[in-house]
Amino acid sequence: MDPVAYVILATILFCIGAVGVLVRRNAIVVFMSVEMMLNACNLTFVAFAQMHGNLDGQMIAFFVMIVAAAEVVVGLAIIMTIFRTRRSASIDEPSLLRN
Amino acid sequence: MSTALMSLATSGDIPSDTVEPILTQITASDAGGIFEFMWLLLALPAFGAAVLFVAGRRSNAWGHLLGVLMAVIPAGLAIWLLVALMGRPEESRTITQHFWDWTFVGTFNAEFAIRLDPLSIVFVLLITIVGGLIHIYSVGYMAEDPGRRLFFAMLNLFLAAMLLLVLADNYLLLYLGWEGVGLASYLLVGFWQYKDVAAVAAKKAFVMNRIGDVGLSIAIMLMFVTFGSVTFGDVFAAAPEADSTTMTLIGLALLLAATGKSAQYPLQAWLLDAMEGPTPVSALIHAATMVTAGVYLIVRSNAIFDQAPVALNVVLAVGLVTMIAGAWIGCAQDELKKALAGSTMSQIGYMFVAAGLGPAGYVFAIFHLVMHGMFKADLFLGSGSVMHAMNEERNMRFYGALRGVMIVTWITFICGFLGISGLPPFDSAFSKDDIIAAATSQNWFAGAVTIFAAGLTATYMTRMMAMTFFGKARWHDDAHPHESPQTMLWPMIILSFGAIFGGLFAVGVIGDLNILEWLKPVTGYEEAALEVPHWSLEVITFVVVIIGIVLTWMQFGMRDVPQAAPQHVTVLTKAGREELYTNTWHEELLMRPGQHLTRWLVWFDNKGIDGAVRGIASGIMGIGTGLTRTQTGYSRRYALVMVGGFLLLVAVFFLAWWF
Repeated sequence: MDPVAYVILATILFCIGAVGVLVRRNAIVVFMSVEMMLNACNLTFVAFAQMHGNLDGQMIAFFVMIVAAAEVVVGLAIIMTIFRTRRSASIDEPSLLRN
Repeated sequence: MSTALMSLATSGDIPSDTVEPILTQITASDAGGIFEFMWLLLALPAFGAAVLFVAGRRSNAWGHLLGVLMAVIPAGLAIWLLVALMGRPEESRTITQHFWDWTFVGTFNAEFAIRLDPLSIVFVLLITIVGGLIHIYSVGYMAEDPGRRLFFAMLNLFLAAMLLLVLADNYLLLYLGWEGVGLASYLLVGFWQYKDVAAVAAKKAFVMNRIGDVGLSIAIMLMFVTFGSVTFGDVFAAAPEADSTTMTLIGLALLLAATGKSAQYPLQAWLLDAMEGPTPVSALIHAATMVTAGVYLIVRSNAIFDQAPVALNVVLAVGLVTMIAGAWIGCAQDELKKALAGSTMSQIGYMFVAAGLGPAGYVFAIFHLVMHGMFKADLFLGSGSVMHAMNEERNMRFYGALRGVMIVTWITFICGFLGISGLPPFDSAFSKDDIIAAATSQNWFAGAVTIFAAGLTATYMTRMMAMTFFGKARWHDDAHPHESPQTMLWPMIILSFGAIFGGLFAVGVIGDLNILEWLKPVTGYEEAALEVPHWSLEVITFVVVIIGIVLTWMQFGMRDVPQAAPQHVTVLTKAGREELYTNTWHEELLMRPGQHLTRWLVWFDNKGIDGAVRGIASGIMGIGTGLTRTQTGYSRRYALVMVGGFLLLVAVFFLAWWF
């Protein structure tokens, strides 16, 4: 099978995610963009696994999902905490911690 | 007259053949007997110094007694060793004693070992006997000084270092002793360091000695490179086959060292200032022993100098110049001790002249050195006794007529005068005439200069005698001169016996030891072929000496000496008072450029080196401050940097793949 279409789709998804991370200020949206980048990677893993006819890529895709799930738990908790104290989910607000 | 006596003693006793140095060595354990205790010579004074330094004020009450004991016992031991050495056959009189391996790195091995041979025993005797007497003298001289215990600690330290210098079996150990006496000299010259002049004089002595010490270290390095060893035995055995250029370089480096330590021109300027130290120090260190270490070094290294005729000629030239310069200064100085210091320079100049004559003169250099050690120590102790009596006044213009109140000092001073001036049959008559004869046989000019210097010697000594002991009393109003205590008088009396009979003893007229025969196996000897009869030189010298005495007596003994130094004097006197302007040219040519150099170095250190260090530090801090700007805290900007970095990596990989 030809993976080109999958790779192009994954690239488009990754770029959308990356741009989302860079341009959006809302922490939740940034988070979703990160998830989208992760899933773009998962798509390439699965596509190449299909091409090679083995399960290696699918294994790694599962790992990525599990790690992403764990990360979401921690990340959302942080966002919740920040939101509670500052009444805002802006990603630029924590720069105040710098000083 | 005694001329016949002297001919018998000098030319008569010396067979007209050539003696080669003997290189055989025996270890102390093989020699057995007293030789196994040679180490005590070094250990006792070192022990005394250590105890007195460490115990501090607690030993104030008995410190001086311990100091005296630690100097007198080695003197007894030295006499015992001399007798034991005399009992051995001539070819087995070099005894070495090994203690431990001191320094060894690769092929370089300097052992801590001492070597007793006919040359070093002569020095050991001189150092311990004169040193012991001066220790006893110091008990009285320093009686009122609160630092007497410390003084004895330093004197003991000096004895230990000086004995190490003459007993060392290799040049590196000799260097240790050489530096040790330099340190002791520095400490003792500056003993009254609350006086500015004393502190400055000590520093000057130390710095000028360092210049010479550089020569010794260069010589040691050259020896190691050339011979692969710095042990006397190895160096002397290998020297005859060595390259003559290298030997000349080593010889000149050794001469530089000797010049500094022995106050020879042009490094002589420290000696007159060193007279600021207590008088026993001047007698022991700056007359009898330490300043003669340079002569020892040259004579000890005779195997090297024999291969370096150029270096020997330089030794001769240095000796001639200093001999005249010292006598000149001695004739013009008004301070008793400074005049004596000039005399010391001049007499050591004689020794250098003798050493510079090569195998024909080495023995006479040591002969004159021993004689000088006795009469000059006697004269210095006499001058100390006079100063003690005159409330530490040093200027002879405030003395006069002291013969009435200080009879013992006067008589001992006369003995010293007879010893130094070269009137037969006293000390110098033997040693100086031998040097004059040896010099004349090689070089008419050198011979004439040595005879002239003998006249100058008589001149400055007569001047000192006349100004101090004769004429009218020109004392300060508060001066009440009195004879010194017994502890000071007895050493002077014993040394004056040395000044009177030393020469007769050394050439074998009294006793059965002939110092010249004794030294030949170590130094080698070559009879100098003299074209004129020996007695004719003796007569000329005698006449010159008498002329010097008479003329000076007419000037200083028969006329009144003014208290203020006359200002309308000849150029010669002016130059003598100014120490021949050496201080001036040292200052202008060496000290000022040195100061400029140090100032420039300080500036360079502050601006250049410190500047570089500080510049690097502030540069790194600047970079750090700049980098903190990138830590904005905006996580989106971090993400952008990450993306940018990723794209950059992709671009690099892509380019690498493309090409």
